[in-house]
Amino acid sequence: MGILEVKNVGKRFGGLQALSDVNLSVQENTVHAIIGPNGAGKSTLLNCFVGKLIPDTGSVMFNGQSVLGLKPHQINQMGISRVFQTPEIFGDLTVMENVMISCFAKRDGAFRMHPFETVAHERDIVEQAEQMLTDVNMIDKRHMHAASMSRGDKRRLEMAMCLAQEPRLLLLDEPTAGMARADTNNTIDLLKEIKEKRDITMAIIEHDMHVVFSLAERITVLAQGTPLVEDTPENIKGHPKVKEAYLGEAA
Amino acid sequence: MKMLGLSQRDTTFLLIVVFLTLVTPILLQPFPEGSGMATFNAGYPDLMQRFAIFGIFAIGFNILFGLTGYLSFGHAAFLGVGSYSVVWMYKLLGYNVVPGILLAVIVSALFALLIGYVSLRRSGIYFSILTLAFAQMSYNLAYSVLTPLTNGETGLQVYTNDPQVLMGENSPTSPHFFGIVMNESAKLNVGGWEFTFNNGYYFCAIVAILVFYLSLRIFRSPFGLMLRAIKTNQTRLNYTGLNSRPYTLAAFVISGMYAGLAGALMASMDPLAGAERMQWTASGEVVLMTILGGAGTLMGPILGAGFIKYFENIFSKINDNMLHQWFAWMPDGIEDFLIGLSHFFVGKSWHLTLGLLFMLVVIFLPGGLVEGGQRIAKAVRNRRSKGDGAEAQTQPAE
Repeated sequence: MGILEVKNVGKRFGGLQALSDVNLSVQENTVHAIIGPNGAGKSTLLNCFVGKLIPDTGSVMFNGQSVLGLKPHQINQMGISRVFQTPEIFGDLTVMENVMISCFAKRDGAFRMHPFETVAHERDIVEQAEQMLTDVNMIDKRHMHAASMSRGDKRRLEMAMCLAQEPRLLLLDEPTAGMARADTNNTIDLLKEIKEKRDITMAIIEHDMHVVFSLAERITVLAQGTPLVEDTPENIKGHPKVKEAYLGEAA
Repeated sequence: MKMLGLSQRDTTFLLIVVFLTLVTPILLQPFPEGSGMATFNAGYPDLMQRFAIFGIFAIGFNILFGLTGYLSFGHAAFLGVGSYSVVWMYKLLGYNVVPGILLAVIVSALFALLIGYVSLRRSGIYFSILTLAFAQMSYNLAYSVLTPLTNGETGLQVYTNDPQVLMGENSPTSPHFFGIVMNESAKLNVGGWEFTFNNGYYFCAIVAILVFYLSLRIFRSPFGLMLRAIKTNQTRLNYTGLNSRPYTLAAFVISGMYAGLAGALMASMDPLAGAERMQWTASGEVVLMTILGGAGTLMGPILGAGFIKYFENIFSKINDNMLHQWFAWMPDGIEDFLIGLSHFFVGKSWHLTLGLLFMLVVIFLPGGLVEGGQRIAKAVRNRRSKGDGAEAQTQPAE
């Protein structure tokens, strides 16, 4: 039984059958990549996990509980964090404040009225956030305006915010999209480091095969809304169906 | 020095605000009586009370708009509700302002909870329109259907046959705070200057300091941090496991209570309440104040409120006779020309001056008057650091 169990998921947008009969099982403490050509339904599938979309059919179970119909913040509180394709951070706040918000969400839950406490006096939150920033090598940037950083740093910050919540499952939506080679390699190293240090399950959606084959332990290939194959990276590399999906039948 | 759970910097800041508020009656009378410039004096009770009251209104509005970015166009509704509550307490109990102010804060909180619960289902322009609709609805109701509660067009006021059950033989017959009568003042004459220390002003000023302190605490709290996070990226907030709805609703209710308190103080200075207090122009005014001063800053709304109220009261008083006096020394043709030109900017046309200033601020100082102040401070610091380079550079700029 995997930590994330997806059964018979289908989603239709008007005349387009974006997903049909998707079955997927992500095992605990593995890195599971979902790959596929453009329009295969990768992002749609991911959005079904986090509460942004509700599938028309099927079920999505996280840790034995259904996530369907729950709000994004409720699903997050269950232990699923998400990294976006374009880094979503609090641009007007400092790097430190960004991470502290995650720490508050972890400690206090979805809502807590605390208008008469002072952020600076919350020792444990400050320490946690500083520790997290040290872990991702950003401690020297803690007073910086988050919006003024480079894209690579924004990605790193977003990662730190997700990790500060100690999620059981980290979803990454094309974490290296639009990045230069050097930044991509940095991100791969960062993800590898995270994997070594913590008990965490990751599901990655990715175009870049270099990233996929450097990280993934299991790979699911999605094409036209249905999974084609699921296997180890070695077996996927030479799989004829995968070549067909990416390059067309002629190849 | 640290005080009341504030950092050193905030304590200093609060003390400066307290000091300035307490000496306002002196600061606003820089010109001696009878001099040509005396028109520009603003140290009279009525205007100073308005500075404090609209300051409170804008501080509260800033908690919603400045922190969360939700632009409400209906905050005047709470102002009106606050005033009506106070006048009702005068009618039923007596002229002590305390029961009325408490009732006003409670009623405006409930009112804000209702309006906020519905309006906050949408964001952006739709939220603004919903709040505007609610406020206009309240205004029209106060004018017509709710006449038994609001006394319609005449406005709510105290009549001699009202119960006023707590009124004793010797109780004051105008609003008072446990015997301190609001419209009484002490006057001090020093040389040509006359300073007026009005009870009502000091009452409003002390309330304003208290609520300013509260807003300072909210700004520095985790709650305030979440509100700022909502303004910058609500998507990220939701995907970080935080529910933005109760946060925005809490901010809306708090700012509604501030507005209710401001409305209550208006009726505490002058025991009247009219529906026009709820009109959309009053809602728009507080938006102008907050943006003009600097939305999202602590001091901005207070500066904006003071600025607009000053212009409203001082520029609107200038008439053609005064213009003639000022320009009398010029040759006739030029004098007439200048008077004709100035005519568009003073007296009843003071809105034009305000409009131009507002445009200038929004275009050149998007951060409001506070940004202007910061730029000046920075320029001064830079100039000073050129003079004695190394020493000034060791101090980190904040």
